[in-house]
Amino acid sequence: MKILVCITHVPDTTSRIAFTDNNTKFDTNGVQFIIGPYDDYALARAVELKEAQGGSVTVLNVGGAETEPTIRKALAIGADDAIRVNADPVDSLFVARQIAAVAEGKGYDLILMGRESIDFNGGMVHGMVGEILGIPALSPVMQLDVDGGKAKIAREIEGGKEYLELDMPFVAGCQEPIAEWKIPNMRGIMSARTKPLEVVEPASDEKGTQLKGFELPPPKGEIKMFEPDQVEELVKALKNEAKVL
Amino acid sequence: MNILVFVESDEGKIKKSSQEAVAFGAAMGGTVTAIALGSIESAELENLGRFGATKVLHASDDRLSQGVIKAYTSVIAQAMEKIGADVLVLANSSLGNPVSAHISVKLDASLVSNVTELPDTSGGAFTVKRSIYTGKAFANVTLGKDKKILAIKKNAIDIKETDGKATVEKFDATLSDADFNVKITKTDKAEGDVLLPEAEIVVSGGRGMKGPENWNIIEDLAKALGAATGCSKPVSDMDWRPHHEHVGQTGVKVSPQLYVAVGISGAIQHLAGVNSSKYIVVINKDPEAPFFKAADYGVVGDAFEVVPKLTEAIKATK
Ligand SMILES: Cc1cc2nc3c(=O)[nH]c(=O)nc-3n(C[C@H](O)[C@H](O)[C@H](O)COP(=O)(O)OP(=O)(O)OC[C@H]3O[C@@H](n4cnc5c(N)ncnc54)[C@H](O)[C@@H]3O)c2cc1C
Ligand SMILES: Nc1ncnc2c1ncn2[C@@H]1O[C@H](COP(=O)(O)O)[C@@H](O)[C@H]1O
Repeated sequence: MKILVCITHVPDTTSRIAFTDNNTKFDTNGVQFIIGPYDDYALARAVELKEAQGGSVTVLNVGGAETEPTIRKALAIGADDAIRVNADPVDSLFVARQIAAVAEGKGYDLILMGRESIDFNGGMVHGMVGEILGIPALSPVMQLDVDGGKAKIAREIEGGKEYLELDMPFVAGCQEPIAEWKIPNMRGIMSARTKPLEVVEPASDEKGTQLKGFELPPPKGEIKMFEPDQVEELVKALKNEAKVL
Repeated sequence: MNILVFVESDEGKIKKSSQEAVAFGAAMGGTVTAIALGSIESAELENLGRFGATKVLHASDDRLSQGVIKAYTSVIAQAMEKIGADVLVLANSSLGNPVSAHISVKLDASLVSNVTELPDTSGGAFTVKRSIYTGKAFANVTLGKDKKILAIKKNAIDIKETDGKATVEKFDATLSDADFNVKITKTDKAEGDVLLPEAEIVVSGGRGMKGPENWNIIEDLAKALGAATGCSKPVSDMDWRPHHEHVGQTGVKVSPQLYVAVGISGAIQHLAGVNSSKYIVVINKDPEAPFFKAADYGVVGDAFEVVPKLTEAIKATK
């Protein structure tokens, strides 16, 4: 089985979010970058499937040279090789076009992604890639089993789950509990250094949107505290002040 | 401006988030046509007039009673072409998101999800504000293509109802077998409950609740408030509660009017799922719990003592 895993290079979930250059650039000062947590689930499931059924796992990132340590980490976790499309991932359609161009004609049985990137939170790249390649795209996928050319998946919907059956190839946006995150071991880290990482130039310059600028939310006001025996006062505040009851 | 709004239903009722999508379309100005798929009563569809739709296209093919992504893509794209829509508006959801992604490529439209405010169309450009970094910031983006798709976040607009009534028109879309080649074999869904992503009030419990046997305390408060219940990640990891109730960075992102957090410490990953709530109440026995920094109202105390009292106090006001 040939699997392509698309990973993002994103600020750690505990990062302080700030902007520079007149609110047009993300401030990377002191920020630790990681594989997107959902992409990490996709990668873990891909490695499990390869270990169980044979095949290969290729990781793909659309990003500048600064993402290479993140790509190497994915190689250390168990991917066989990697491709970096050398471009700023400025827009979902732009990223989808690059991923589709890399995948086109390569015969991947599965293209696994995260349910969403945690910087842009678009939740859109998988559907776009599916439509460009003319194959199904499902997200968020919580369970993925393949047998022969067929797959069974569980997809989260509001208030529950939906179970589906479909033929490969397809695109899946993954989330827990599809697999457990894998931590690279020493051997993985050593071997990742020499695994192939190919750099390709973008295949298309098409974008759907243009960034104008960033904003931070207004700071929270002061908190009002109540003693455990003042819950009536709290209810009054919710009713008369916040007007939410 | 010609606006098409995709509306979703749940158990035969139009979802609140879809009513918001219609109201959002109406507030943008222009003519609003809604498209509904599957079996929904016509009274429910006419009622979309109250939120600003003039017409509702109804594709009632039985096979559309399940949310099949490809078939929905096909029908909605055909509806957009039929009415010559400039903009498609829909609510962010597990169905709306994939459908909008497919349509954007199919019809060559600019797509933006997690939209939090009405577009700014001054000066000929079309700019929207969207939430990014899991609610920790916003981006203003301009949509460059002629056709545009906006997937809106809950509470992007306050609904103002009128007494309008929409005309309902049958919509016969062309569907092929290939539109149904991904088979939905089963759906497991909590019925009758308030859906967490749709809820106006959410009561969540964390590890401080000690065990699943204590969840009646959370449920009683939720019931008194007409709220949905949520939880922190460890709670769903330990199977105290189902996964679809887990709120946060890796779970459901909620934007209710009121979020009540009980026995949740307020880790940054949990806050990422609740930071677009209008008001937050935190009940925690530890005065140093980080959640208090993100809250509007707080009680330092034992959940097992405070919550039942709060439930009674709320019941008393009803
Ligand atoms: C990549 C990543 C993603 C994550 N995503 C999420 C996510 O989406 N959602 C999420 O929730 N977490 C997420 N987490 C986990 C997160 O970091 C925290 O571990 C988690 O939110 C803690 O859950 P908790 O507050 O229920 O438990 P704890 O941190 O153990 O807090 C329990 C709280 O209960 C209080 N308490 C105890 N007893 C009582 C009592 N009797 N009365 C009142 N209060 C009491 C304590 O003072 C404490 O503050 C993620 C972590 C990582 C690394
Ligand atoms: N720059 C990128 N490089 C590779 N994959 C990406 C990139 N951006 C997004 N993706 C993939 O698409 C998924 C959804 O992203 P998004 O639509 O931005 O929420 C992510 O979880 C990744 O798997």
